[in-house]
Amino acid sequence: MSIVFWVCATFAIVGGFGMIFSRKAVHSALWLALAMINLAVLYVSQNAEFLGIVQIVVYTGAVMMLFLFVLMIVGVDSSDSLVETIRGHRLATMLATTGFAAIVTVMVVQGVQTLAANDQPTGLDDANSAEGGNVGGIARLLFGRYVFAFEATSALLITAVLGAMVLAHRERFVPAKTQEMLSRERLGDPANAAGLPAPGVYARHNSVSTPALLPDGSVAENSIMDPLAERGVVDDISPYLSVTAAADAATAGEEEAK
Amino acid sequence: MSPAHYLALSALLMCLGTAGVLLRRNAIIMFMSVELMLNAGNLALVTAARMHGNLDGQVFAFFAMVVAAAEVVVGLAIIMQIFRSRRSASIDDANLLKY
Repeated sequence: MSIVFWVCATFAIVGGFGMIFSRKAVHSALWLALAMINLAVLYVSQNAEFLGIVQIVVYTGAVMMLFLFVLMIVGVDSSDSLVETIRGHRLATMLATTGFAAIVTVMVVQGVQTLAANDQPTGLDDANSAEGGNVGGIARLLFGRYVFAFEATSALLITAVLGAMVLAHRERFVPAKTQEMLSRERLGDPANAAGLPAPGVYARHNSVSTPALLPDGSVAENSIMDPLAERGVVDDISPYLSVTAAADAATAGEEEAK
Repeated sequence: MSPAHYLALSALLMCLGTAGVLLRRNAIIMFMSVELMLNAGNLALVTAARMHGNLDGQVFAFFAMVVAAAEVVVGLAIIMQIFRSRRSASIDDANLLKY
């Protein structure tokens, strides 16, 4: 149990730090998932089997996936700028966190001292065996002493679902385009009637992140997908151009030799 | 393992969550930090349940999880709505009520 604690506590803390300091939101979410899985193990190691499983299913399974889905909708360009927008913000954050940490430390130390005055922790073996296991014990409490709180929870969940539906719903102000309208729109503009230009093909690279060239040698912006441009991962093609030119010249030389 | 260790871990995670909320400007990451704080609270509740030898603490932690799940759903919907109207998830950009 001691080894479990030290390993899982280390991973949970690493996950917490990683979440705060990673620049990209997706990385933050994955670090947090790591911390939550390790907390689930810690729950199980403290005779809270039911909560450990619920932690994995609800938190890492549902809540973190919800975060990741929203990040996919919102997050392409939502990496934080690392510039301080408010002057002295980081310093103030450090001071406030240190103060909060001091308060919490005092609380924990006081709690631990009263704890030391008592004996060992009671442990849950009796409570768990009374109803034939941890799940049975929690069910006895949940549907007995706390049944009204449990009922209120159902009201809360229904309200949350309705709230999410109302908030996430988007009213459509213009009618959706039919296939016919899309087709007419595309053929009405002869410039791209045959479809948008494909990404560039060079001697060494033909990935979707390399833009194509127009006849006059300039870059064709619409040969690159918008999300790639938003993320700023479009390749600089100038090194490929020189390689391509060299390959072309070599080919031309070979053909002349024939 | 004595409950003191678990309480110390819980306190540390709570402080990490606070630092995250104060430090980051991205609404989603702030939200994740709040989740970390809720988890720290749950760990303290579970530890207390083991300390006192009854399951009430675990039931409280269970309720905290339910509330956290509901809160995440509504909060993320609000963040998405703000993103739709402002094309940004940074909380510095949502300042329409400032003046």
